[in-house]
Amino acid sequence: MTFMERLLAWRNERGAFGFYAVLLATAVLVPLLNLAVPEGSPLHMSTYTVTLVGKYMSYAILAVAVDLIWGYCGILSLGHSAFFALGGYAMGMYLMRQIGTRGVYGNAELPDFMVFLNWSELPWYWQGFDMFWFAAIMVLLAPGLLAYVFGWLAFRSRVTGVYLSIITQALTYALLLAFFRNEMGFGGNNGLTDFKEILGFDLKAPGTRMALFLATALALGVAFAAGRMITGSRLGRVVQAVRDAESRTRFIGYRVESYKLWLFVFSAMLAGVAGALYVPQVGIINPGEFSPINSIEVVIWVAVGGRGTLYGAVLGAVVVNYAKTWFTTVLPDIWLYALGTLFVVVTLFLPQGLVGLISKLKLRRGAA
Amino acid sequence: MKGPDVETNMQLRRNQQRRYRGRFALLCRPLLLFMLWLGGAVAWAQAPAGNEFDTAVASLPTASYMDKEALAGQIARSGHPQAQALLQGWLDGKLYADASGHIWLEGEGGYVDPASGSAGKVEADDLEKIGTNNRLRKGLKGMLAQFALASPTASARIRAVREMRRELDESAVAALQARLQQETDAAVTNEIELALALAELQAGEPSQRLAAIASLDGDRSAEVYNSLSQMASGDEADADAQVRAAALAAVRSIESWRSFYQGVETLLFGLSLGSVLVLAAIGLAITFGVMGVINMAHGELIMLGAYTAYVMQLLLPNHIGLALLLSIPVAFIVSGLAGVAIERGIVRHLYGRPLETLLATFGLSLVLQQLVRSVFSPLNRSVQTPGFLSGSLQFNDLLSVTWIRLYIVLFMLIVFAALWLTLNKTSLGLKVRAVSQNRRMATAMGIATSRVDAMTFGLGSGIAGIAGVALSQLTNVGPNLGQAYIIDSFMVVVFGGVGNLWGTLIGGMALGVTNKLLEPWVGAVMAKILVLVFIILFIQRRKQGLFPQKGRAAEGH
Repeated sequence: MTFMERLLAWRNERGAFGFYAVLLATAVLVPLLNLAVPEGSPLHMSTYTVTLVGKYMSYAILAVAVDLIWGYCGILSLGHSAFFALGGYAMGMYLMRQIGTRGVYGNAELPDFMVFLNWSELPWYWQGFDMFWFAAIMVLLAPGLLAYVFGWLAFRSRVTGVYLSIITQALTYALLLAFFRNEMGFGGNNGLTDFKEILGFDLKAPGTRMALFLATALALGVAFAAGRMITGSRLGRVVQAVRDAESRTRFIGYRVESYKLWLFVFSAMLAGVAGALYVPQVGIINPGEFSPINSIEVVIWVAVGGRGTLYGAVLGAVVVNYAKTWFTTVLPDIWLYALGTLFVVVTLFLPQGLVGLISKLKLRRGAA
Repeated sequence: MKGPDVETNMQLRRNQQRRYRGRFALLCRPLLLFMLWLGGAVAWAQAPAGNEFDTAVASLPTASYMDKEALAGQIARSGHPQAQALLQGWLDGKLYADASGHIWLEGEGGYVDPASGSAGKVEADDLEKIGTNNRLRKGLKGMLAQFALASPTASARIRAVREMRRELDESAVAALQARLQQETDAAVTNEIELALALAELQAGEPSQRLAAIASLDGDRSAEVYNSLSQMASGDEADADAQVRAAALAAVRSIESWRSFYQGVETLLFGLSLGSVLVLAAIGLAITFGVMGVINMAHGELIMLGAYTAYVMQLLLPNHIGLALLLSIPVAFIVSGLAGVAIERGIVRHLYGRPLETLLATFGLSLVLQQLVRSVFSPLNRSVQTPGFLSGSLQFNDLLSVTWIRLYIVLFMLIVFAALWLTLNKTSLGLKVRAVSQNRRMATAMGIATSRVDAMTFGLGSGIAGIAGVALSQLTNVGPNLGQAYIIDSFMVVVFGGVGNLWGTLIGGMALGVTNKLLEPWVGAVMAKILVLVFIILFIQRRKQGLFPQKGRAAEGH
């Protein structure tokens, strides 16, 4: 190992350690501040904030998914919001079925929007979503299958680079248009909302909120560990070789498309899980989640944090989304300027993102 | 001449009575007979004025709607010089009665007595409008059309005949026949004969009806279609089997023509949509196709062009058309300069890193959108359509196309030709091609490549601005205008084959037509989805698009 390699390896290790420490601290402190500290105290954390942090963490899972495929494999997918939304819709369908007779129309068999559209029976693809285990499988299966079919076609015919980015964008755009249609049976424009309970627990209760938060934290930890395991494995090294020199890797004898496909499907499933955790916390899923701009936003989280490092992706997701929350409440008109400028500045001046900036500063200080 | 006319009219009237249970026909029967006997085919406008006019006018205020229709007929036939003005005023809602039952017509300067035309002093508060209902308005229009038959201009007469064709009662037929005698204009004669044939469909003898059907052959207007299909089947089908069959055959023929013209219309719609796509994509064909730069802000450059058209119209509020024409070069300059700025500021630093270029220009597109929101408000702005672009071209009864659809195709072709000439016949074009094919060799030949890059990017961006001016005539001008076209534009360029202008043209047209052909089957949104899915699958099979680049230049992509 050269010095640089050793330095990078050490940095990665330290970054991962730091991530686990922060995640654990968050998972302990947030429930403590929310439940144990009395409400009047300045240290008390409101349930709203808990949900917000939970939302950031589900975004972080999505960022990990995108970083795996973009940062490590060099595939710039502009369609990951589609996988995120599909996972979200699978969870939303389960939550819809849990409403039962408590909907506006009180129909035990059909969700409100179907009654409104004068549908007489549940479409076949809604069957089974009243069972949590089935929905949980679909959360993985729906995005996974789409990614498999799409990736199988695209990687086998060696569609790469910007072409792949553009067709993934077209894919999510086509899905956006499709889910806007009332005839699709997914609630059209309004999407799925007005959820009541999950696994028998009231969704509005602080306890359920906390459980969802902890589940998301756990999922993020598992996703991160899985990502590290993959990138550290032999498979991960081949994937990185594909990123750096695809033709060369192929000539050596690796089936490049199989590696890509495997990673793409895994990444899509991870995005689906993120969507499934996101929906019960924010209480709505609508076709807007499919919009291409969302996918590109995820890419910018990863770019801001630092592509090619998983903790960088998590950092980017949290920082950018915190900035978004702050801007949209304090200076709503400025937000798009800020986001747009961030895109330009990061790509021009910070190719390694915040993580790269920090280590660059450290190196400089060490040299001085 | 007199005999057969009367006979035909009597038969006609019998049919009419059956159809309308017409009180109108019943009331005017004696009069009509009298007139026909008197002068055969003399138009009533020339009949001597009696005091029919005065009695009819006097009884207007108290009459029921049914009576009013009869009174209107009486006024029309009176031959009074003011009859037309009175009926027109009535139709326009300008006929009033005062408390004493006197009728007043609202004119330019005030209220006038309809019979004498002399002004009177009346208070508007005392007046009550002589009302109309739908049926009465229809009748009034028919009567006024008969007056218009005597109009000196041929086009007005044609309009009158068409108006009368909607409701062919015997008075209308009589008037038409009278006009036919003295008509000199061939087009008007044609129209009148058609109308008479339409009336003849109600004739008593099956042979006459058959002849009428035969003479209507070739006419595909809605009235003919409706009458014939009524005769062919349904409740009011003709009693005679032979006539029914003939009518059915005629209906079938019209229907097949209809579907043919519908196909033509779909094709034209598709071509105009394709032109829009090509216009939106053609600038991208330069920046992405020739230079290989992914410019996600391309849509916003289109948007800048559209807003330029809006601003130009604000600057020249009295010359809408001129402002639009001027905004074509201005938009080219505005968007072109913006493009040069983007290239110098951002893209230049990212050559060879397409994914980073994509992200940076996407960020820029967000900034530009928000800038437009801040400056022009987030609401859509409307760009006015000048007179020479509005209206439609009527090919025949079944096919009419709005001018704007034709102009957009024409405009696209002009822009395409100009761009093609620029790239192939100018020294800038030569340099652009040289740099895109082999940058280092071009440098060695003394071409200032970075200058050429800026110019090329500016050219593509300027074309996007021009496309924006065209789009401002078709859709709402708002901050999201660009977003709506960016994905489509990329699809067109990739589908047609990167780096190939002809590919963009043919690809865009093919996608536009396919989209419109699918629309009647599956709906607009689904058609769009299907086209997107088709392109995604197509790229899997042929990455290089319809017309791949050949040779060394292709390897760079």
